[in-house]
Amino acid sequence: MSKAISKVKLQWVDVGPLDAIPIRGARVVKSAVGCIAVFRTAENQAFALLDKCPHKGGPLSQGIVHDTGVTCPLHNWVINLQTGAALGADEGQTASFNLKIEKGRILLDAAQINSKVAA
Amino acid sequence: MTKQKLVVIGNGMAPGRVLDRLFEAAPGAYDVTIFNAEPRVNYDRIMLSPVLSGEKSFEQIVIHGDGWYIKNGVTLYKGATVTGIDRAARTVTTARGEVASYDKLIVATGSLPIIIPVPGHTLAGVLTYRDLDDVQAMLIAAKSRGKAVVIGGGLLGLEAAVGLKEQGMDVTVLHLMPTLMERQLDTAAGHLLQRAIEERGIRVITKANTKEILGAKRVEAVILEDGTRLHADLVIMAVGIKPNAALGKIAGLEVGRGIKVDAGMATSDPDIYAVGECAEAHGQTFGLVAPLYEMANVIAARLAGDQAAEFTPSATATKLKVTGINLFSAGDFAEAKDREEIVLRDAARGIYKRLVLKDNRLIGAVFYGDTADGAWFFDLIKKGTDVTALRDTLIFGPSFAGGTPLDPTAAVAALPDEAEICGCNGVCKSKITTAITSLSLKSLDDVRAHTKASASCGSCTGLVEQLIKVTLGDAYNPAAVQPMCGCTGLGHDDVRRLIVARSIKTIPDVMQVLEWKTSCGCAKCRPALNYYLLATWPGDYKDDNQSRYINERVHANIQKDGTYSVVPRMWGGMTSVKELRAIADVVEKFNIPAVKCTGGQRIDMLGVKKEDLPAVWSDLNKAGMVSGAAYAKGLRTVKTCVGTDWCRFGTQDSTGLGIKLEKFLWGSWTPAKLKLAVSGCPRNCAEATCKDIGVICVDSGYDIHFGGAAGLDIKGTEVLGHVGTEDEAIEVIAALTQLYREQGRYLERIYKWMKRVGVKTVQQQIMDDVPRRKALYERFVFSQKFSQSDPWAERVKGKDAHEFGALADLTLEAAE
Ligand code: SRM
Ligand SMILES: Cc1cc2nc3c(=O)[nH]c(=O)nc-3n(C[C@H](O)[C@H](O)[C@H](O)COP(=O)(O)OP(=O)(O)OC[C@H]3O[C@@H](n4cnc5c(N)ncnc54)[C@H](O)[C@@H]3O)c2cc1C
Ligand code: SF4
Ligand code: FES
Repeated sequence: MSKAISKVKLQWVDVGPLDAIPIRGARVVKSAVGCIAVFRTAENQAFALLDKCPHKGGPLSQGIVHDTGVTCPLHNWVINLQTGAALGADEGQTASFNLKIEKGRILLDAAQINSKVAA
Repeated sequence: MTKQKLVVIGNGMAPGRVLDRLFEAAPGAYDVTIFNAEPRVNYDRIMLSPVLSGEKSFEQIVIHGDGWYIKNGVTLYKGATVTGIDRAARTVTTARGEVASYDKLIVATGSLPIIIPVPGHTLAGVLTYRDLDDVQAMLIAAKSRGKAVVIGGGLLGLEAAVGLKEQGMDVTVLHLMPTLMERQLDTAAGHLLQRAIEERGIRVITKANTKEILGAKRVEAVILEDGTRLHADLVIMAVGIKPNAALGKIAGLEVGRGIKVDAGMATSDPDIYAVGECAEAHGQTFGLVAPLYEMANVIAARLAGDQAAEFTPSATATKLKVTGINLFSAGDFAEAKDREEIVLRDAARGIYKRLVLKDNRLIGAVFYGDTADGAWFFDLIKKGTDVTALRDTLIFGPSFAGGTPLDPTAAVAALPDEAEICGCNGVCKSKITTAITSLSLKSLDDVRAHTKASASCGSCTGLVEQLIKVTLGDAYNPAAVQPMCGCTGLGHDDVRRLIVARSIKTIPDVMQVLEWKTSCGCAKCRPALNYYLLATWPGDYKDDNQSRYINERVHANIQKDGTYSVVPRMWGGMTSVKELRAIADVVEKFNIPAVKCTGGQRIDMLGVKKEDLPAVWSDLNKAGMVSGAAYAKGLRTVKTCVGTDWCRFGTQDSTGLGIKLEKFLWGSWTPAKLKLAVSGCPRNCAEATCKDIGVICVDSGYDIHFGGAAGLDIKGTEVLGHVGTEDEAIEVIAALTQLYREQGRYLERIYKWMKRVGVKTVQQQIMDDVPRRKALYERFVFSQKFSQSDPWAERVKGKDAHEFGALADLTLEAAE
């Protein structure tokens, strides 16, 4: 059910407190583009990627988080949390999403998510 | 300009090398077509023995994968035997009727194994040792764990014997001559070798003349001339090879023992070359790859336009590729009047060295036990150096002869630039050192990739490593220990030792104190550290969920579509109406798409949605079922058979013992998964002899086995010992488990740990040293206090709830 969104304006939506995600862990946000994995690193940074490994679609949210990477639980590709790109010898990139943290809460860019639905 | 057509008959190691060199020297000059009787790509035939022994897979020994043929535009006909060459029409024809025309032709049909035509030699179960099909047939035959007789105690026969032994067969080697490998070794070294082979549990009969092979349909026995009868389920004939020159003969080429070639490797027809074991050059044929590769270089050069390239055979050296046995021989070491010899023996260290000199020049060498200086001596032989000045200390090798200190790298440093380091690939010292400096290579893998040195049989690996060390100096860390991962230079054992020695109790502390190179580790080291800390400090250490693989984090097995499977324990494989009903209800209630009996005697529910897991577990818990840990590096299953409860052959209550063991061991974390089985009698219906730990019940008690495998590797167990009572069996098994927990490296199954530390060491610590066994048992019991609570029940109560629900659901908002 995609609504065409023409405005490119950012539209931040609150998806919950950062504390709800374990340090060096991830949780999932369901969205119209599919599940989005929101990661929290040891340094308390957060990143959002489509929860689909560029290799064979493995759920990245279930992987082990280290530094700013996650190791996919299915076949151990390592994905850069900032860019969604596979590291090392593997090639591929998964979609990443704008994210910011305000007063300990995680905000995702709904406009960006919806534009991907339309695309 | 139309390309010349090059056709190659045979796709073995020799023509493979011709093409590698040709494509380097004259890329795109020829349209290449290969016909290979074997239905496969080119592989490293000399590495068949590691495939047989299980140390390598076929994929690991492929030289040119399918992609190589595509990349180089080579047409490969697999399984295509060439039956005729029409020299007038310049075509070759295969048995299947394919025809190809050529401008240049290479015949590379290799050798055929010699079959002694004794009665019975055509029975099923009589094999030769030449190609992958032979290895596969041997591996299938080895599954019976029956008796194998290897006829021939040369290089191939011994490698086959050791491989079959590794696969669990009872092996006898028959050798016609009084000592083994008599063509490569003198009598003394032959005896040392025989002893080493016998120490591996292989029977060796020398002066054995095979008279007959008996059997109705398959082989059953081998009869010797002296009447000895040997039971046999498999017979390997490894008595030699003969050049496969038949095709050359049919085509009217000049043929002696092999297809005759001139110094430029051309046969009597200038457009046809022969290379490899089928070729006869300078009146000699060859059976080792080093000279074949030299031939290959010559043909490649000729085809690329260099008409000066010539083949001159040089001395060859032999090494036996059996892990743990070091022997080296080169040149001519027969005794004769005009020769002198120098011998060194060190019985305590099992070392024997013999040099043969003629006219003050080294012409032959045999080494057993210590072969490190082989390359240096081989170089003296090949060069024909006058050794008068070195004579007194010659046998002690280059480090002594040169007067330099006894540094292990001195031998390598003393080698001249053109000394051959890798015989298989014909790589000399300067080629390696130049590559290291000019390409800034840092590791063995780098050197292998760029020079091919040590990339074939691997027996020169030590030399290559020393060469890297000599070239790079302190910049090279030979990594005698394999580091745990890229985050540290320390190996698993060092890390474990330091955790204890420095009382390190958390993952961040390990990384701080042991100077990890990354800020928070990686997916390799973190799970390992979590296990080491948990096993070292039971009750003290707080498990770090974020350092566990997803399966252990959520106590279910992730599937390829991101759903999970749920496997409850069925103690010892027993179940009940109540359990089965609960499973049926759960499957219905949660719409679980698949229910399956596992290979571990219990039931798997597959395709459960992650968010449903706690509710599924709650229902299973209510029927008394707990997690089966089908995901854990920990105790998995204890399979049983029906035993004395029902079976007419049962000698003990195998089901009961299995249940007791599972109830005692469950919940424990181990370096890798741990699977047990208890069989009620030696018929072994619970397959106990391929488990990590197995029990075979017998009238007098319990035989305890360990170190079996039936996954990526297949290995029969070793016997740990015999005990009289169930209580003793449980004590021994718990102590064994604890020893493995304390010594095993993360992800190292019991059989690999056993191989590393030695069966005898384990037996000694568990069976002989009773106080030690009791102490291990006590430590196991203590750690179990903290691990036996059902992880499913904990999560039903709310533990780790964040794992099972989404953070937010934007689809709802979008719908607004
Ligand atoms: C379910 C089951 C297959 C079945 O349908 O029967 C199974 C399924 C898997 N096995 Fe297995 N193995 C199953 C019995 C076996 C057996 C037979 C046995 O236990 O008697 C073996 C050979 C015995 C052995 O372990 O040596 C076996 C040898 C393996 C191996 C090879 C291990 C090795 O070290 O050689 C792997 C790969 C690994 O662990 O790295 C593996 C890995 C797997 C994984 C975990 C693959 C993965 O990483 O996702 C599969 C998980 C499926 C799932 O989610 O349930 N499975 N697997 C069996 C579960 C038994 C149980 O009740 O717990
Ligand atoms: C188990 C084993 C261990 C060994 N270990 C060592 C070692 O440690 N060191 C060492 O130096 N050497 C070793 N060798 C010897 C070495 O493997 C051979 O010298 C080398 O492989 C020979 O190469 P090639 O190209 O001449 O022949 P091969 O590699 O035998 O290839 C010949 C190919 O030609 C094919 N062929 C035959 N006739 C036809 C036809 N009419 N049409 C189409 N195709 C045909 C065959 O199917 C075969 O694939 C070992 C050999 C074996 C079997
Ligand atoms: S054999 Fe392979 S495919 Fe089958 S369950 Fe085991 S791991 Fe999966
Ligand atoms: S799906 Fe992620 S590594 Fe294969």
